[in-house]
Amino acid sequence: MATGIRDKVAILGMGCSKFGERWDKEADDLMVEAFEEAIKDAGIEKNQIQAAWLATAIEEMHVGKSGIPLAQALRLPFIPVTRVENYCASGTEAFRGAVYAVASGACDFALALGVEKLKDAGYGGLPQRSRGVLNSMFWPNLSAPGSFAQLAAAYVAKHGCNASDLKQAMAHVSVKSHDNGNRNPKAHLQNKITVDTVMNAPMVAAPLGLFDCCGVSDGSACAIVTTPEIAKSLGKKDIISVKALQLAVSNGVEAQHNSWDGSYFPTTRIASKRAYEEAGIKNPREQISLIEVHDCFSVTELVTMEDLHISPEGGAIKDVLDGFYDADGRIPCQIDGGLKCFGHPIGASGLRMIYEMYLQLLGRAGPRQRKQPPTFGLTHNLGGFPFQNVSSISIVGRYGA
Amino acid sequence: METGILAYGAYIPRRRLARKSVADANAWFNPALKGQAKAERSMCNWDEDAVTMAVEAARDCLTGLSRDQIRAVQLASTSFPFEDRLNSGIVAQALNLGAEISSLDVGSSQRAATAGLAAALEGAGGQTLFLASEKRRTKAGSTLEMTSGDGAAAMLIGTGKVVAKFIGAHSRTVDFVDHYRGQGFAYDYVWEERWIRDEGYAKIVPATLAGLFKKTGIEAGSIAHFCMPCTLGKVAASVAKKAGIPEGAVRDNLHAVCGETGTAHSLLMLADALAAAKPGERILVVGFGQGCDALLFEATADLQRLPQRMGVRGYLARRREETNYNRFLAFNDLITLERGMRAELDKQTALSTLYRKRDMILGLVGGRCEKCGTLQFPKSNVCVNPDCNAFHTQIDHPFAETSGKVNSHTADQLTYSPDPPTIFGMVQFDAGGRLMTDFTDVDISEVSVGLKMRMVFRIKDYDSQRGFTRYFWKATPAGAAKEA
Repeated sequence: MATGIRDKVAILGMGCSKFGERWDKEADDLMVEAFEEAIKDAGIEKNQIQAAWLATAIEEMHVGKSGIPLAQALRLPFIPVTRVENYCASGTEAFRGAVYAVASGACDFALALGVEKLKDAGYGGLPQRSRGVLNSMFWPNLSAPGSFAQLAAAYVAKHGCNASDLKQAMAHVSVKSHDNGNRNPKAHLQNKITVDTVMNAPMVAAPLGLFDCCGVSDGSACAIVTTPEIAKSLGKKDIISVKALQLAVSNGVEAQHNSWDGSYFPTTRIASKRAYEEAGIKNPREQISLIEVHDCFSVTELVTMEDLHISPEGGAIKDVLDGFYDADGRIPCQIDGGLKCFGHPIGASGLRMIYEMYLQLLGRAGPRQRKQPPTFGLTHNLGGFPFQNVSSISIVGRYGA
Repeated sequence: METGILAYGAYIPRRRLARKSVADANAWFNPALKGQAKAERSMCNWDEDAVTMAVEAARDCLTGLSRDQIRAVQLASTSFPFEDRLNSGIVAQALNLGAEISSLDVGSSQRAATAGLAAALEGAGGQTLFLASEKRRTKAGSTLEMTSGDGAAAMLIGTGKVVAKFIGAHSRTVDFVDHYRGQGFAYDYVWEERWIRDEGYAKIVPATLAGLFKKTGIEAGSIAHFCMPCTLGKVAASVAKKAGIPEGAVRDNLHAVCGETGTAHSLLMLADALAAAKPGERILVVGFGQGCDALLFEATADLQRLPQRMGVRGYLARRREETNYNRFLAFNDLITLERGMRAELDKQTALSTLYRKRDMILGLVGGRCEKCGTLQFPKSNVCVNPDCNAFHTQIDHPFAETSGKVNSHTADQLTYSPDPPTIFGMVQFDAGGRLMTDFTDVDISEVSVGLKMRMVFRIKDYDSQRGFTRYFWKATPAGAAKEA
């Protein structure tokens, strides 16, 4: 009988590069920047790492395929390196690979590293690319904002709420993330904005304006994991352990079966429920201390608050406007600025979220450090489109909690 | 068993270009255009061409009728999207007519439609779906740009309960070159109008009509509807007078509301006449181009029993005025527009994939699970219904004629579209099944969750590197068709 991942693996060290428009850096420069911080934090030698996972999603824009780019960038000593890609959940997937490797007993130290060098596309936003030979013949030529914007129309239709109230709450989401990014020196965007800035911005895909969309960034983040016993033997006192790692992948129901109304993410609802069970969390609204969710767009963050079973269905607008998810609220969401302001180098994003949880749990988050000591931190990635996607949840926390 | 027309249909694109916008932009160069700056012409949306319009005209023609007896599809045009790929074959696939039919493209003359229709009628065995469709390329600021329109017509030909009995046809072939378009050239070269009128229409058409009346023994005075396209002033009326056809029989050539739809126009005027004709009335159709064809029909009582269709007037009522001449130029590739880097994506089509999936892509054929009944698109190996998930239970289910409703939508300004924003969303079919799909012929202000939609066959992408047009189906508001 499977017992889940809870407390079987500890995070020994983490690192994260500065995110942003890193015009002077290649992907390997960013990987080294994140890795040097993590290896120093872990307190082990590079050659003690026995297996590695590399996450990149749009590899054709920078490093190309395979695990070789990571092995070469760090001169890893001919160890197994696996490249993973699962849309925007790629970083969390690399982490899952490394954590499972340690949990299985196959190795003592494993590395998960995510990197993306997106700012060589020549234009703003995610690069336009093929959807696959057959998909390109019948899918709309959709952009990411175009596909996510549709949550809004469906949400308003389902809950009978006012479209302008929804837009107001979406604006609050973005203003809050800019406030938080302002306190994060590694964030891509560190400027504060107002609700008016969001409301009056040019439209990208109705009702998403420019400030409802996260940026596209260059960056890298990584984690070195081991067993709690080895972490203790290395002298670590505050041990941060993995409580849950879950993934739910669309099987076509949303896109092809009329049971889905377009206003929420069935994958996130399922993955988060499984993650709470794995972590032994009975009441997420009471027990989760901090969350980092996939706020690619303001509306995504908003509906995700319900899909994580934290806000009641139809209640996200109220919670958001009440400040429940603000940095000084009950459960801060994107206390580091989120994808919106920390930035979104796709392969690195999942690991960047776990990095923030790790810092907050250890009290190392500087000016944005949460005063009440956190116990459980949840991260969430959503890769793909509302109508077919990959949703990943990780929960990390104090060992034994 | 009588031979004739079993059903008719038409299609005219929704956009109407105000001729004043053409004159305003070009009169600095050619002040004579000001004299033509009246009323409007139809213009294709960026995702329409002779093939897509033919599909719509055919669907209009086949409204409420079985497609089982159709044995041939023929398409007349001088603006085929493919020079070497059977254009009528694309139409046949889009209409899901099956492989057991013959197909033929007819071209090379403005008379292609009437010549082809006469041949189809004279050789009628089984049912032939005869289509004519045109989207002429014209130079900016030309008279042809002013007088042309885009459109298509469809005639289902055969024996039995004809709505218009075919009485006879007569043709003359004369190498009178009023205009031509040589191989490798995009645009027509046109000679002087007065010569075309006096030596062309005024001599060749009456001689053809005389031959027809002699052959059929029909009196010119008995003609109730005279369908003769001609963009030159009063020519049809003077030809009618010379031939002895009553003045009142000369039908409106739709210049004010549509423009001349090239080789399709004779049949478009015929479709318009059929919508107005009473049983027993005679309809004469003329096609002109390197000679002349004249076809004579007589409406029957069955005309009134034909299920209601859009026809010419229905599609004319489905109208959106276009006053931005620059958009017309861009749609027709008449200016070099900065389309942005997102337009550079390679659009190569894997022909082997397209062939394997031709029913799905060109025919919008999905699946129906024989175990649980769930409709789904695309058809797949495993039923999508989470309570079923049966393997290998799906049979073909065509979605093209099913209506649906908008489930979610947006107007995407970021992605590339020849006519931004890209409006798309999830359409849920009333009978089951759904599709995330492009919307077309739509204004964002009219889109809402629950809006009724119908599917239309359109250009999905154009591969400018290789000259390949990729087709698929899109959703358009169904209301516009209903109101008309």
